[in-house]
Amino acid sequence: MATYKIKKPARTFGDQAYLPAIAKGLAQTFGRLYTNLLGPEDQKKTATVRYPDETREYPERFRGVHRLTHRADGSPRCVACLCCSTACPAQCIYIEPAEYEEGDAQHGYERYPKVFVIDELRCIFCGYCVEACPCDAIRMDTGVHVPASHQREHFIFDKETLLSIPGRDGTYVTANPRHEPGDASHPGIDRAKGH
Amino acid sequence: MDFWFILGVILKMSFILGVALLLYAPVFVLFERRQSAMFQDRLGPYMGGVKMPPFVIENIPLLQMGGYASAAGAGATALLALVMCFLGESEEPGLWLLPISWGTLLILAALGAPAQAVGAMVLPHLFYHDRLTLFGGLHALFDAVKAFTKEDIIPPKADKFLFGIAPIIAMIPAFALGAVLPFGPDLHLDYLFDQLPNEGVIDGPMTHLQVASLNVGILYMFAVGGTGVIAAAIAGYSSDNKFALLGGIRAASQMVSYEVTLGLSLVGCFMLYDTLRLEEMVVWQAENTFLGFLPAWGIFYQPLAFVLFFFASIAEYKRVPFDAPEGESEIVAGYFLEYSSGKWLMFMIAEFLEVAISSMLIAVIFFGGWDVPGLGRSGWEAFGYHFDLTGTNWEFLSDVANSHLFVTVVSIVAFLGKALLLGILSLQVRWTLPRFRYDQIMQLCWKLFLPLSLLNVFVTGILILLFQ
Repeated sequence: MATYKIKKPARTFGDQAYLPAIAKGLAQTFGRLYTNLLGPEDQKKTATVRYPDETREYPERFRGVHRLTHRADGSPRCVACLCCSTACPAQCIYIEPAEYEEGDAQHGYERYPKVFVIDELRCIFCGYCVEACPCDAIRMDTGVHVPASHQREHFIFDKETLLSIPGRDGTYVTANPRHEPGDASHPGIDRAKGH
Repeated sequence: MDFWFILGVILKMSFILGVALLLYAPVFVLFERRQSAMFQDRLGPYMGGVKMPPFVIENIPLLQMGGYASAAGAGATALLALVMCFLGESEEPGLWLLPISWGTLLILAALGAPAQAVGAMVLPHLFYHDRLTLFGGLHALFDAVKAFTKEDIIPPKADKFLFGIAPIIAMIPAFALGAVLPFGPDLHLDYLFDQLPNEGVIDGPMTHLQVASLNVGILYMFAVGGTGVIAAAIAGYSSDNKFALLGGIRAASQMVSYEVTLGLSLVGCFMLYDTLRLEEMVVWQAENTFLGFLPAWGIFYQPLAFVLFFFASIAEYKRVPFDAPEGESEIVAGYFLEYSSGKWLMFMIAEFLEVAISSMLIAVIFFGGWDVPGLGRSGWEAFGYHFDLTGTNWEFLSDVANSHLFVTVVSIVAFLGKALLLGILSLQVRWTLPRFRYDQIMQLCWKLFLPLSLLNVFVTGILILLFQ
C-alpha cells in the first residue's frame, strides 16, 4: 500500500506571531460591519428581515390558506362534486351539496355547496384538493399562511370566509374562464342528445 | 473632612459610575449585539420598543421638517452674525432686544445649527414602525428587565450563602476600580471662565477630577482587580455542579496566571512615567512629546507593553478569546452555569463594567487619558503657536475656546471617547477570534507573555539609562 505524506501547511513567522492574523480578522469583521450597517443599500448582505413588521414573499408555488374562487356573479365556482373532500387525506373538508331552485338556469345542470367548511387545523396543506377539483374552484395560491389565533373556532373556515380570501394577484377569479350554458364558448348541452 | 470635600467625592463617584453604568454598559451591550449580528449578516435583536400613539408616529415627518427649518434659521443667524463680526460690529445687536453680542450669537448659532440638523436627521431612526426603539437601546433594557423578573433558581444542594454572595463579589472590582481613574485635569473652581497660565501653581479652591488620589494608584487597581478571581472560584465551587466547578477552577488558574503578566507588562510604564499615580501618568504624557511632534502617549513608548496589557486584561476578565472558564461548547457556561435571573444579570453587568473600566485604564496608561494633542491648561496650542485672537473682531472665539471650563470639558469628552473606542475594539476582538484551547491559554501566558514582559522591562530600563 502506497503511503502518502501530507505536507503540513507551512506557517510563516507572520502566522505564528498571531498579531497580523488578528489584525486581518479585525479588518474583515470591521469591513463587513461597515458594509452591512452604513454601506450602500445594494451591497448590504444582511440575510434576515424584521419579521413581524416585514415579511418575506412566499415562493410562487407555496401552498397557503385555501380560497374558493368566484364566478362572474360572485357565487362560488364550486359545483359540490365532493372530489376534494374525497381526495383529502386529512378529511378536513366538509361539504353539504344542494340543488338549484326550480327555474334556475343551473337547475338540473349542476349543484352548489350549501355548506363548505375547511378545518385549517386538520389540513396538512398537501394540495390534493386543488389537484382533485375539476372546476378550478378551490385554490391555495393565496400566498399567505393561516393566521395564528388563540381559539380553535377561528380555524374553522366556512364558505363565506373562504370566498373572502383573494388570490395572490388580489382577484377572486381564476385565469380559467367558465363556460356557462348558453355562452357561445360553451360546447353546448342538449338533453335530447343525451349529454 | 469638610462638607465640600465629601460632596465633591460623591459627585465624582456618581459621575464615574454613571458613565460606566448609564453610558458605557448600554452602549457596549447595544453595540455588541448589533456588531456581532451585522458582520454575521444578521440584523440582530433591536426591534423591541414602546408602542407610541398614532399621532406621534404620523407627526414624525412634521417634527423632522421643523427641526430642519429651525436648523436653517440658526444657520442664517450664524451667517448674519459672521458678517457682522467681519464688519467689526461687536456691540449688542439690538435685534430681538437680546442683550448678547454678535460673537456670542455666532457661537451659539454655529453650535446649534448642526446640532438641530443632526437631531432632525436622527429623529425618524429613534422609531421603528409604530414603536419607540431608541436604535434598539430599549430592546437591551427589556432584556435586562426580563432577566430580573425570571425565576431565581438555587440548586438544592448548593451552598446557599456562597452561591448568593458570589455575584456581589463579582460586582466589587467593577465598581471599586473606578475610584482611582482620573477623568479630567485639575479643576480650579475660581477661574472657570478665565484663561489659566500654562505653568505655575494656581491658588484658590481646586479639585482633582478623580475620586481618590492614591499614591499606590495602579497597585490598587491590581489588588482590587484580583478579587474577581474569588467571585469566579466560589461561584463555581458553591453551585454543586461539575461543569461549574471545572469553570471555577479554570477561571481561578487563568486569572492568577494572567495577573502576573498584567502587572509585569506595566513595569516599563512605571519606570518611564516614574510614578504609580494614574493622574501623574496622564500629566507626564500630556507634558512631553514623542519625536518632537507626536504626543508622548504610552503606546508610542511602550507598544509591546500595550499589546501585552490589552490581551492580558482581556484574559484577566475572561472574555473571548480567553473565555475557556465559560467555554459553552465544553462546559456549558462554566462557573455561572447554575445562575439565573438577577444573579446571572449581575455577572453579565460586571463583565460589561469590566470592559468599560479596563478600557478607561488602557486609555489612561497608553493613550494619554484626558490629554488632547494641542490642548494645554492655557488653551489650544500647537507648534509654538497659541490660539489667540485678542485685538481682532474674533476675540470672543479664543476667549471661549481657551477658557478653563471649555478646556476641561473637552478633556473629559476626549477621555470618554478614547475609552469608548477601546471598548468597541475589545468587543470586536471578542466576536472575531475563536476561543483558545485551555493549554494554549496557559502556554501563551507562561511561555510567551511573561518572557516578553520581562524583556520589555529590561529593554525599557536600558533605554532609560541610555537616554537620560
